[in-house]
Amino acid sequence: MTWVEVNAAPELIHTPPLRLKQKSADRTALNTDMYCLLKCSPLILAVAVCHGWLFGDFVGKQKELDEISLWPLPQKFQSSAVAFKLSPGSFQIVHAKQSSAGPSCSILVNAFRRYFEYMFGDLKKHEKSRKKVYDSDLAELQVWITSADPECDGYPSLQADESYELSVDEPSAVLKAANVWGALRGLETFSQLVYRDDYGANNINKTDISDFPRFAHRGILLDSSRHFLPLKVILANLEAMAMNKFNVFHWHIVDDPSFPYMSRTFPDLSQKGAYHPFTHVYTPSDVKMVIEFARMRGIRVIPEFDTPGHTQSWGNGIKNLLTPCYSGSSPSGTFGPVNPILNSSYDFMTQFFKEISTVFPDAYIHLGGDEVDFSCWKSNPDIKKFMVQQGFGTDYSKLESFYIQRLLDIVAATKKGYMVWQEVFDNGVKLKADTQIHVWKERPQYQDEMAKVTAAGFNALLSTPWYLNRISYGQDWVNIYKADPQNFTGTDAQKKLVIGGEACLWGEYVDATNLTPRLWPRASAVAERLWSDKSVTDVGNAYKRLVQHRCRMVKRGIPAEPLFVGHCRQEYMGL
Amino acid sequence: NLCLLFFQSVTIVCYSESFAFIYKYCTIYFYLLWPLPQQLHQSADRGCLSPQRFSFTYGRDSAAQTGCSVLDAAFKRYFSIIFPDFTKGSGLLMCENQSNRLSVKTGGCDGYPDEDSDESYNLSVSEGQAVLRSVTVWGALRGLESFSQLVYQDDYGSYFINKTEIVDFPRFAFRGLLLDTSRHYLPLHAILKTLDAMAYSKFNVFHWHIVDDPSFPYQSRTFPDLSNKGAFHPFTHIYTQSDVMRVIEHARMRGIRVVPEFDSPGHTQSWGKGQPGLLTPCYKGGVPSGSFGPVDPTIDTTYKFMESLLKEVKFVFPDSYVHLGGDEVSFACWQSNPNVRKFMEKMGFGKDFTKLESFYMESIMNMTAALNRTSIVWQDVFDYHERIPQDTVLEIWKGEKYQAELSRMTQAGHRVLLSAPWYINHISYGQDWRNSYAVQPQNFSGTEEQKKLVIGGEVAMWGEYVDATNLTPRLWPRACAAAERLWSNEEKTLNADLAFPRLEEFRCELLRRGIQAEPLFVGHCKHEYDGL
Repeated sequence: MTWVEVNAAPELIHTPPLRLKQKSADRTALNTDMYCLLKCSPLILAVAVCHGWLFGDFVGKQKELDEISLWPLPQKFQSSAVAFKLSPGSFQIVHAKQSSAGPSCSILVNAFRRYFEYMFGDLKKHEKSRKKVYDSDLAELQVWITSADPECDGYPSLQADESYELSVDEPSAVLKAANVWGALRGLETFSQLVYRDDYGANNINKTDISDFPRFAHRGILLDSSRHFLPLKVILANLEAMAMNKFNVFHWHIVDDPSFPYMSRTFPDLSQKGAYHPFTHVYTPSDVKMVIEFARMRGIRVIPEFDTPGHTQSWGNGIKNLLTPCYSGSSPSGTFGPVNPILNSSYDFMTQFFKEISTVFPDAYIHLGGDEVDFSCWKSNPDIKKFMVQQGFGTDYSKLESFYIQRLLDIVAATKKGYMVWQEVFDNGVKLKADTQIHVWKERPQYQDEMAKVTAAGFNALLSTPWYLNRISYGQDWVNIYKADPQNFTGTDAQKKLVIGGEACLWGEYVDATNLTPRLWPRASAVAERLWSDKSVTDVGNAYKRLVQHRCRMVKRGIPAEPLFVGHCRQEYMGL
Repeated sequence: NLCLLFFQSVTIVCYSESFAFIYKYCTIYFYLLWPLPQQLHQSADRGCLSPQRFSFTYGRDSAAQTGCSVLDAAFKRYFSIIFPDFTKGSGLLMCENQSNRLSVKTGGCDGYPDEDSDESYNLSVSEGQAVLRSVTVWGALRGLESFSQLVYQDDYGSYFINKTEIVDFPRFAFRGLLLDTSRHYLPLHAILKTLDAMAYSKFNVFHWHIVDDPSFPYQSRTFPDLSNKGAFHPFTHIYTQSDVMRVIEHARMRGIRVVPEFDSPGHTQSWGKGQPGLLTPCYKGGVPSGSFGPVDPTIDTTYKFMESLLKEVKFVFPDSYVHLGGDEVSFACWQSNPNVRKFMEKMGFGKDFTKLESFYMESIMNMTAALNRTSIVWQDVFDYHERIPQDTVLEIWKGEKYQAELSRMTQAGHRVLLSAPWYINHISYGQDWRNSYAVQPQNFSGTEEQKKLVIGGEVAMWGEYVDATNLTPRLWPRACAAAERLWSNEEKTLNADLAFPRLEEFRCELLRRGIQAEPLFVGHCKHEYDGL
């Protein structure tokens, strides 16, 4: 077997289309016995060479549809044209003998079933009768968990090891990972390698993959306050997230318009603050289900309870929590942010976050802290008095900091880490060293903000270029794809403090009717940026893979919208 | 009387201390009508509707009686729209002593809606009885839709309707919606669902942009190779003859015309695959390059083919209009082809390829006229060639300066359709329905006679970025803005802020009816969409 090392200059990145047009004889030579060895940095080049047989349309239109297309692209990846058949009747996903995980590992057992369904769901009925195992068959995928603790019953965390190695060869494919989290990512990749030939049979090419994420925090934010999102929609999007190797569901669960989170300690919050106290709420068991469903897919659930602003709906259920606004010398009847001068506010927060810290197992809570409007505080005579007492002058950001400071202490006492929107950092609040600063504003430029945050030694998360609720006509995924969280001026140490990013789908114009097609496949662009090597930037190549990836999502029941003119073999059948 | 009690209690609540909150609900009761009828008088008196007792009946003096397929089906449809939770024998909170009937007096029953269909109706809801009068079944359908929008449920689930008088008719006769099934294939159920939603907004023309460059999903009986070779897939991505019949019948039942578009000579790449010799071979350096341009207008076989195809279209699609396209013809390929150049010389066209295009379009339009069909063409045809058959309908699609184009076209005496400001495939962040709503189709300089030549408009949902995954939420409720502009009195409906709460309610009503209409802004509906 010959190995071809590809180490060309980056300028050649744009050559794949030319390679595609090679005469078929050349390509056959490539196909039969040649491997492309892909190493991390020249990855794109390698794809360029492999392109001809990996993603190209050399056999015609229909073929193109079913060529494999990995998304997000693995870090290291070799494949050959040698193909094996997978029989729905006999193929199995099994625990490797050496694996530390076994049948009692529910995460894996459920994942085996899920991925079997993805690969054979529509076929197995027809082919049950087929018993004979052919020589060229791939009989099984062995999943080998190497560390002593497979973490079967654990929750994924920021430190989770998601790396895996996958080797597809006769008679077995082997997926090796330290624990279940890496195995989940590898199973997704394996399922993406399987393609259907013209006769409807499932094939997989001889392949070696060694893969790991570029960033540890790869999130999606959904907003269930501006519109209520039925459980079904949240779960479907967790499915789609797993297909794209996202690993954080940032649940912006409450905000001004409604409070759908049903609190055990303060039931009035949703009773009076939800759009409807029964149909538009998340009960404790709903929340549990989301967390478990996410855990099964290696996804963390980080809830956001944004204060002191964005809390109008909280006021419905908790008397005196919000600041009464004044018009002239009398209360106007409207309310502003959380009242930062009353002890009762902090007592409430203490009890409330005690509950939150037990309901949500993740080590982090998002505390918001964005867009605090000072006008109501300014109008309130008690607040003004307090400002004087504290020596804040007329600088209300000091009052905000005062509040946040106390809140952070409250949350820190629950042993949770916290994420905050960038304003909290901008306002100079004293923060724990492991605080994650979430960058979202367009001004100042996010590159400058990322530099500032990391220069101060904090972990940074990027969302600014990924506000996917902002739609426009055409292929806006391209700009989403081009943004890079480490694209700022700073030292290597600073770059390392960038732990990832999040695609945000704020809810002003989004509910169950349009959420999924608006999010997918546009969020997939973010997924690849956060998972794959930073050299993976060829938009043309990405387009081809993404077109197929979106068809794969459609086939799996996710109504991901089209990128452009064209079709999928299996169109979306819902509606 | 139980009903009366209910009614009184609500009235009291309306003026209680939490006025603002309750007021919203009160306005819902009075206000949920989209598009707004021409004349509407409602009183606070309301009556109960009992699902068990309610029935639709034909008026004694009605020209239409049981057996009228369109209305029989509509009665059935609207009964379940009005009483979605109703199953026989489960009437819990019933209002007694009310016998409610909707009596329909109408005439004309068979056939298809057409350009002259009278869609006017009068609806009178009084105690115990509602009477709907219309000249045709199509008017009755519009009236049934309004009636269904008047019925509401209170917090106890009882059905009510207020005493109401409506005199209604459309402002424009042609209120269309374009779907593009070539750039992406739209499964039949997506089209049928769109027709349902169209009826809810009183749209009456489905402009089926059925074929284009990317694919040819129409399965022709005369030229089966067109879809065999030109569709995305010859079996799964086509519309069979029976599919087309189903669309036409589904539309007819809802008073919707189906106007197909077979766009030529440009936008025909997919035609070439199944019809060799139809497209112009492009040349590069004196030899054919292997690629093809628009339909070849210089050879007889082209016209023979087009004539056969149009004959089939006439046979399959009952509407008296056919859309012939004629937009965006690229001249580069014609220019490159020596035969085309020779033809140009022979015809004395010089170097003006717009003349060649006009020559082609004129032939096709004459062909269509000979088949007793009215042509609709895109504005390009008029822009290049002002001498076109007088009864041709022109459709404006170019975004800029459409008012000036309206003036010019109507001055030339042509009937005009406006689509330019309603390309709602163009999406942007925020409440872009307001732009659609602000359009004033007759606000251009011209005489009263000219204004009358604007016969309506169309919402266009082109398919570059749209398929079954996102079509419905992208269309609805955004298309509703144009629906009201085309139906209602403009004077009464120019204020988008006033329309907003009504449209919000209507959007929730669409959800209740199973149409996946996206939200206009922050908020919620009682019946949220429970699909995916």
